[in-house]
Amino acid sequence: MTIHKGRGFACINYPIGMNLGGDPSQALVHSNPDGKFTVALSAIDLGQGMKSVTRQIAAETLGVPVEDVYVDTADSDTGPHDMGSFASRGTHRVGNAVIRAAEEARGVMLEAAAEELEVDAGDLVTDGRGNIHVRGAPSRSITTMAASQAAQFKQGRTIAGRGIFLIPLSEVDPETGEMTPVSCFAHAGLVVDLTVDDETGEVEVLQINSAYEVGRALNPRLVEQQLIGGAWMGLSHALWETTEPYYPNRDHGPVDFVNYLMPGPGEVTPHNIAVLERPAEDAPFGGKGPGEMCANPVLPAVANALYNAVGVRFDELPITPEKILRGLRANGGARPQAVRQG
Amino acid sequence: MIEFRKDLFADERDDTLNEVGKPTRRQDILGHVTGRSPYFDDHLFDGLLHMRAVRSPHHHARIRRIDTAEAERMPGVVRVLTGKDVPQNLNTLLSLLDFGIDDEPLLSTDKVAYRGEPVACVIAATELQARDAVAKVRVDYEELPAVFDVEEALKPGAPTVNPVYPKNAFVYHGRYDHQKLRFGDVDAALAQADHVVEGRYQMSPIEQAPMETCGAIAAPEQNDRYVCYTSTQALFFSLGTAAKMLKMGSNRLHFIGGTVGGGFGGKVDSLHEPMAILGASLTGRPCKFAWDREEEMQVGAPRGAERWYLTDGVMNDGRIVARKFTGYFDSGAYTRLSSYAIIKGVGHLPGPYTIPNVHADVYCVFTNRTPATAMRGFGITGVDFAIEAHMDKVAEVVGMNPIDLRILNAYRDGDMKAHRRLAKNTALIECCQVAAQKAGWSIAPSSQAAASMKDGGGARAALPAHTVTDQKGLVEGFDSGSYAKKAGASAPPSPSSAQPNRPTPTPTPGQAAPAPAQARPAPQTAASSPDQPRNKPNRFSSLSGFRRR
Amino acid sequence: MGKTPVTLTLNKAERAGFTDPGENLLNFLRRGLGDLSPKYGCGQGTCGACTVLIDGEPQLSCLVLAETVSGKTVNTTGGLADGAQLHALQTAFMDGFAAQCGYCTPGMLMAAKALLDRNPRPSRDEIAEAISGNLCRCTGYAPIIDAILAATGQQVQG
Repeated sequence: MTIHKGRGFACINYPIGMNLGGDPSQALVHSNPDGKFTVALSAIDLGQGMKSVTRQIAAETLGVPVEDVYVDTADSDTGPHDMGSFASRGTHRVGNAVIRAAEEARGVMLEAAAEELEVDAGDLVTDGRGNIHVRGAPSRSITTMAASQAAQFKQGRTIAGRGIFLIPLSEVDPETGEMTPVSCFAHAGLVVDLTVDDETGEVEVLQINSAYEVGRALNPRLVEQQLIGGAWMGLSHALWETTEPYYPNRDHGPVDFVNYLMPGPGEVTPHNIAVLERPAEDAPFGGKGPGEMCANPVLPAVANALYNAVGVRFDELPITPEKILRGLRANGGARPQAVRQG
Repeated sequence: MIEFRKDLFADERDDTLNEVGKPTRRQDILGHVTGRSPYFDDHLFDGLLHMRAVRSPHHHARIRRIDTAEAERMPGVVRVLTGKDVPQNLNTLLSLLDFGIDDEPLLSTDKVAYRGEPVACVIAATELQARDAVAKVRVDYEELPAVFDVEEALKPGAPTVNPVYPKNAFVYHGRYDHQKLRFGDVDAALAQADHVVEGRYQMSPIEQAPMETCGAIAAPEQNDRYVCYTSTQALFFSLGTAAKMLKMGSNRLHFIGGTVGGGFGGKVDSLHEPMAILGASLTGRPCKFAWDREEEMQVGAPRGAERWYLTDGVMNDGRIVARKFTGYFDSGAYTRLSSYAIIKGVGHLPGPYTIPNVHADVYCVFTNRTPATAMRGFGITGVDFAIEAHMDKVAEVVGMNPIDLRILNAYRDGDMKAHRRLAKNTALIECCQVAAQKAGWSIAPSSQAAASMKDGGGARAALPAHTVTDQKGLVEGFDSGSYAKKAGASAPPSPSSAQPNRPTPTPTPGQAAPAPAQARPAPQTAASSPDQPRNKPNRFSSLSGFRRR
Repeated sequence: MGKTPVTLTLNKAERAGFTDPGENLLNFLRRGLGDLSPKYGCGQGTCGACTVLIDGEPQLSCLVLAETVSGKTVNTTGGLADGAQLHALQTAFMDGFAAQCGYCTPGMLMAAKALLDRNPRPSRDEIAEAISGNLCRCTGYAPIIDAILAATGQQVQG
């Protein structure tokens, strides 16, 4: 038995939003009389943090503290149309719709404040802590609560806003594939270090070093959640998971988690992440969706590391111990490749 | 360990925001840790009925007869649904975007094309009673030959999996049995390359495996409406699909969701909502239709398998001058979303690299297995595996550090991409540099000096002087504009409506590739009645048939 | 088939209900007693989402017959907080971003509580072992292990 060490690299980009557009999202924002806001959506929170990131986007745009905003989703009687949570579209499409809705509501709030302060609304700014004041003159101020109360009970204004974001559907040329896919791309580069036991075919992933470019990390902890969990899923896809272990043969398909395998809490791989932020011009505060792309580079990086370790190309996923042992046998045993630094 | 490299691209960012960029706690976290987050199944109804599907044990079979009599007499059984109970028993998910033809019944009536395909649905007082009654539904099947391999399925004489697409391939734009990408002259470039590197890559189906299985609870609401609590990832997709299949105004449906126990793409297919609402409408009682874990794994649509063939032409210095793809997406028995994933995948080719000659033929193939659908990285994960595993082989052939090879070929701001749009806002090079640095893997000085904002554009922004096109896989014999007038969409629901009238396929003489013919789908939107065929092109027409010239 | 009466102590309260023959505890707690915090993930005893404590021991409620808990003490995440005062594990999961979709969280918290009740200062490996029957599809487990460590007041290593 020999344990072989290997190191592999892969890098990727990933399109944000439904590839060809035509996937609108809407948002509604309104204020209670005390200046507390509700954002109504039909977007879905699958765990990716839809409610949380749109809440921060709305608060930022309105110019109020995040505690003053709650996101309500998804009730088709109150939430406006939205295509759904898939294709890394949530943050980008819904986030943009929320910005537009919040801008409209903010505009009314500032008009109400302007009327109370007897100034021009264009001269007003928010401090993000619940106050509206004249630019350069913080003492001439009114709270967002007072402005909202005035709008509601004195001026008869609705502090509310509607937003939609739509990238129109792109044509696709049947002859050449010419098209206008998506609007921005996230990026990643990733190094996997692992060992292979040439007797059992077992792989231990020692560490991952990665760089993920996400536009802007709208909430760094939510981004971290996606990158750590997504890379875990990438490892699982690379080495463990399938519903058809002998594809295209349909037999031996797992029907429970005893046979559908994924790495567990005892197999956590140390993952050193660098987040790069190059904002996309059409994205909400530049943020691209990190949720899908984070898994993709792991699969090929693992395959490339395995080649480095034992000199066998594993071109079929998942790379199970069975496939590794078969590959080693066909290869006449392990033939480790040049050691890569690190 | 996570670090934020604020030093990179700093001049493109304003980092003085109040709330954006802060590590604010999740809005939903208190509900999660107290067990109060309301998932679809966390709504209690008195008298809730449970629905269980009767599923095909065969991969491919004709249905001779479905006998529900004994099941209906079982304890607790309220009703047994079959296809004739579904007002419009044929749908394709993307018909809401006018992409593709209705090809999948909610409950199959004349044929099953994958093991686990539902043919009836028992509604009973308890789940156990529903399960017991499922075993008493007698279905006479006549087994048919099945096909499981994508390339076998495309061969002449292969069994037809999906009668809407007789040659087992989705038809793109009403013209071809695959989606093409043509950029430059790949064959000429391959002939001139110093090395040609070939590879074949295969990804098997993968289960999304959300911890919460897919499901929905529907109940009659006041005012002749139905409330539906659902685990859907796409509220209005599911609402629109239910409205279409049940022929109900969308405003009679009140969908509530948004708190979902993981999705990863597996909760888009909108199968549970129409079934649960149908049950509620026919029994007048709340009905729950949800998968157990076994169904989630083997009947619930997985990330479909993909097979990719890659051929690269590379020069001794590592420049890739040509890249050719042949791709097969295994869609399973029905279209669901695979057709669309291919468009997404083709727009992604040849990966994040600037390659002057690119060619791809990508097929959406029907086989006798569980239909595939979306999953995290949809349309991209499989081909990225192929591309990046292939890059490693190319690096070996030319004797380069694989990271240097990537940076040398990386796309940069201003470069022309194969889908004929300029790249912008790129950051691949920086990701390569930072990952290498973190891992302590040294790269060449030229790679260190490279940048996404440098050395792009110019000659790299040019379209190819000449692009070779072809008509391989041409489909003839149908008028892409005539579908809306055909009987298919307005015919009464019956087994025969599963096969809308369409012109006979006329393969192009001399073409080995399959050439199924098809009609355009009837435009269906949540707002329009499925009974009212439209006589003019839908504005979302470009994907399926029309092209604006 | 008759129903069977079941009396138990659920989250410090005396509760009673009737169970159908063969009904599992998960269903009885959720639909019979209205405690929706344990989740159905597989019904096969392989995912841990339905984990509850029976007389202090972590059990998979989908594999326990409801009638067998008569006279016993059952604790669920629905009763983990002391009134409005959250348990240290709950606070640590919140601060540590140890949940995404949240569906595995109630079971995960029960498995963790059972561990801390018998071992207040577990190691990372002991934590991993204690939650090894609880699947999570979102987080990659590292944040969960870190949160459980943090709940014990131990330093979370980078």
